[in-house]
Amino acid sequence: MTENKFNTIGIGVTFSPNLQANIFEASRFALFFESKLVLIHVGDYSEEKEKKFKVLLSPFIEKQLDYEIVFQSGPPVDTILSVCKSKKIDLLILGALQRESFVRYYVGSIARKITRRAKCSVLLLINPSVNRIPRQYIVTSGLDEPETPHVIETAFYVGRQLQSERLTIVEEISKQDININVDDTKALRKTTIAKERMRLREASRVKKIIDGIDSELKKNILVNSQPIFGKRGYSIGHYAQVVRADLLVMAAPKKLSFWDRLFPHDIEHILTELPTDVLIVQ
Amino acid sequence: MSPKQNSIKTFFKALPKNIFSGFVVSLIALPLCLGLAMASEAPPIAGVITAVVGGLLVSFLGGSYVTITGPGNGLVGVLLIAITALGLQSAYAAIICSGVLLMILGFLRLGKLADFFPSSAIQGMLAAIGLIILGKQFHIMLGNKITRESSIEYLIEIPSTIISTFSHSETGLIYAALAGVISLAIMVFYPKLRNKYLQLLPAPMWIVILSVGFSYYYELVLQQPNPIAPEYMLSGIPNVQEIVSQIPTPDFSLISGLSFWSSVLALTLISSIESLLSIKAVDKLDPEKRRSNVNKDLKALGFSTIGSGFLGGLNVVTVIARSSVNVNNGGSNRSSNFFHAFFLVLFILLFSSQLARIPLPALMAILVFTGYKLASPDMVRHIFSIGREQLIIFFVTLFFTLKIGLITGIVLGVISTFIIHLIINKSFALFGRNVLKPNVLMFKEGRSQNNYYVSVKHFCSFLNYYRLKDKLDAISEDQDVIVDFSLCQFVDHTVMENLNNYRELFKKRGGHFDVIGLDMHDAESSHPFALRRILPIPNLLSNFTKRQSSIEELSKEYELTYEADKNKNVDFLNGFLFFRTKQVNHVFNRLSDLDEKTSIFDVEFSEGEFIAKEVVRTTMMHIALDDVIPQFTLDREGLLERFYSFAGFKDIPIIDHPDFSNRFYLLGDDELAIRNFFRTELVHFFESNPYYHVESNGSSLLLFGRERLASLKEIKALLDFGNRLKDVAQNIVKKGVD
Repeated sequence: MTENKFNTIGIGVTFSPNLQANIFEASRFALFFESKLVLIHVGDYSEEKEKKFKVLLSPFIEKQLDYEIVFQSGPPVDTILSVCKSKKIDLLILGALQRESFVRYYVGSIARKITRRAKCSVLLLINPSVNRIPRQYIVTSGLDEPETPHVIETAFYVGRQLQSERLTIVEEISKQDININVDDTKALRKTTIAKERMRLREASRVKKIIDGIDSELKKNILVNSQPIFGKRGYSIGHYAQVVRADLLVMAAPKKLSFWDRLFPHDIEHILTELPTDVLIVQ
Repeated sequence: MSPKQNSIKTFFKALPKNIFSGFVVSLIALPLCLGLAMASEAPPIAGVITAVVGGLLVSFLGGSYVTITGPGNGLVGVLLIAITALGLQSAYAAIICSGVLLMILGFLRLGKLADFFPSSAIQGMLAAIGLIILGKQFHIMLGNKITRESSIEYLIEIPSTIISTFSHSETGLIYAALAGVISLAIMVFYPKLRNKYLQLLPAPMWIVILSVGFSYYYELVLQQPNPIAPEYMLSGIPNVQEIVSQIPTPDFSLISGLSFWSSVLALTLISSIESLLSIKAVDKLDPEKRRSNVNKDLKALGFSTIGSGFLGGLNVVTVIARSSVNVNNGGSNRSSNFFHAFFLVLFILLFSSQLARIPLPALMAILVFTGYKLASPDMVRHIFSIGREQLIIFFVTLFFTLKIGLITGIVLGVISTFIIHLIINKSFALFGRNVLKPNVLMFKEGRSQNNYYVSVKHFCSFLNYYRLKDKLDAISEDQDVIVDFSLCQFVDHTVMENLNNYRELFKKRGGHFDVIGLDMHDAESSHPFALRRILPIPNLLSNFTKRQSSIEELSKEYELTYEADKNKNVDFLNGFLFFRTKQVNHVFNRLSDLDEKTSIFDVEFSEGEFIAKEVVRTTMMHIALDDVIPQFTLDREGLLERFYSFAGFKDIPIIDHPDFSNRFYLLGDDELAIRNFFRTELVHFFESNPYYHVESNGSSLLLFGRERLASLKEIKALLDFGNRLKDVAQNIVKKGVD
């Protein structure tokens, strides 16, 4: 048995129309991952509020949900982050906002700041729902980075806990990797060969990672890998959208410099335009 | 991809053909070079120098294969302004500087710069250049030399020149005008004459030969002076010694001035655009299907422009008309460009004195004709058929190019295009938010089919077309490509036109290029290149997309009826397991046979009943059977669980065929009936054909490949698979009855 990766799940709650859906989603995740749920409310304690939360939680309390409600006032970003730290939260769930047209989602400014600064994993939900939507198809990134094996393992773990059926590991091959400019027929031939070689190399690298994963986690899930050509970090979201994945699992952003903000890339792109639910693994 | 060939051997084998086509090209090039140079107010020989330097250098250094280089039509307008504003010596300096800039463009790999110009703006600019050429030379053609300030004034005076032609009193002028009119007639009617002896020589050469012959006829036979007024004869053709001794020294004294650099910029811009457009067009003609290295070509063109500028020539550009003549006459590599230059040198060596017998109006008639071709009413009509908004862009560019200048014209053309896009979409956010995003994703689909799938998000217009182009260029043209615009809200005319070029290129080279996901977009006109944008409520099918018209053609070929409109009558799909948890919205693009039993259609459904999670469009085939068969669902092993995880079905193994059972997932209620139905012949059928998702609801079959719209090739494959499956299934049922 692999260890439980998410012992404590946190969610920030406010009294918004989405409250019920948010609490339901979070509770379900807590049950799936067999973890403790911490509701974080930025604001003062009142009995009335606590009662409201408890009413919403009651169907899950029946199912032995371990929970805690934290009230703390202060600036939202800092408060939530400090609670995450003090309560040792492993996974923070945040709801995304919808753009005017109904198929676009993005992360609001508060959630975005939290995502950038959080020390724990973050799950961004595009469409919290009262009823359960099975998350059957998971897409994760197989970039050649030191944290990738961990990310992939987490994806497998999440897949098992959520009873997902399919997992695709995406290798993003960017133009820089090939390093040949397609100018003419000769260069084209060269690129095609280079790409094929790259594809095989990537496939064997990913296979090695998969081989290293506990076979318990790999049961009952269909795994394949898919090389894609596009911009790192962004195209994987595009791919998840095209194949209509239910969950995208990615590595947490590295330290962001001023330039990264100015010229957004990787995770920043995904945040402005969520293709699906996104789990950012720390 | 073709294997590498023994290059030296093939080179020598192809040499005679290349020498010949170089010769034919030089026949056209000679009058054109003289005329283009004169139209730019440069000495006529400058045009020949340009072609010679260009031909000799680019044939060694260039990156394209069958292109011909020399002085270009498009540059006449800019050169004219540069020479009148700066004077000839400084203009040479500007030419040299623009050569340097061109080389820098090549080294910075900015060959893709031309992709950033909307095609209607480029056409407007070319039309303006055509009008500049036509306006100025028309008067000389009719024996009426005038000098005016702006190109518009030249155009306005055309009617008065025509009237005054009839009142010429001097016979010299009448003859000059006659030479012009006859030459113009030769240019116009030559393509319509299909006489193989006439076609031996290109039309411009006929004009040269006839006028030289005419002059000799007067001199030798009639012993009279040439009746055409002497000031309307070509003058100033030096012989070789004079050319060498008269090499001008470029004057760099104006280098700090603004007008100098605006000329340099205009020369660079136009020569790069003209060259890049020509290279792109010529690549389509190349019988050996090679792809040109545009950046290498830009470097070569820049280098030869520098050389040409120092030797008293003009900007060297790739020219489309001469290149196409080269291809038509069997030119197959760069040596034909070399020989075209070689024969030009030979002509000047041998016939430089004869060239003085060519009347100017005859040369100018050639230019008037080229100018007309660039700005012909046909082109306006073509642009109008694409959409009214394209016409606005076209005329804005055209007007401001004529009125102010080339750079202002093209810049305003780009701006007006963008404003029109904003107005059409009523949204700045669509562009502002997404222009920097890498909106193109490409991946190879599936293990069995090796096609490339390219998905484009947000919008695709001239602003970010280069991203799509980057991806498409990385695909060899003998592959299958599917470009999906379903996630794209807006696609502009520039992209549509370029995609069409790709489609033709792939078709010629054995690949397939399909565009899907545009059927729900609305267009302003019925032209296939019209810009398209997705509408909240699709006003369906005011016109057909390329895919739809291809499907329509397919329907005729297969004798099916085609119905493009949305059809809400989708009851026939409801019995299928696949749609149990999905809401079918409508079917469209429906192809069906005469008795309505077999049909292929695009179906739009939403997944999940509670929230419209996503709207999905898929191409499916439905076959109504005459007999009852068991209900079952068949798919590739492993994929099916995704759909039916909660349905409580089990995989039914077919005992005698373990391989089949391993590869396929077979589900159904009535296990016995299904085992009976899956006889050896059906199992073999499935094993030996590509994977499809196949479902039976008892009386009919539902088939589809992927959960997305199918390309035309995939539709054909599905149709074929379905029809054969139907036969196999019905055979089994019949045998069962026997």
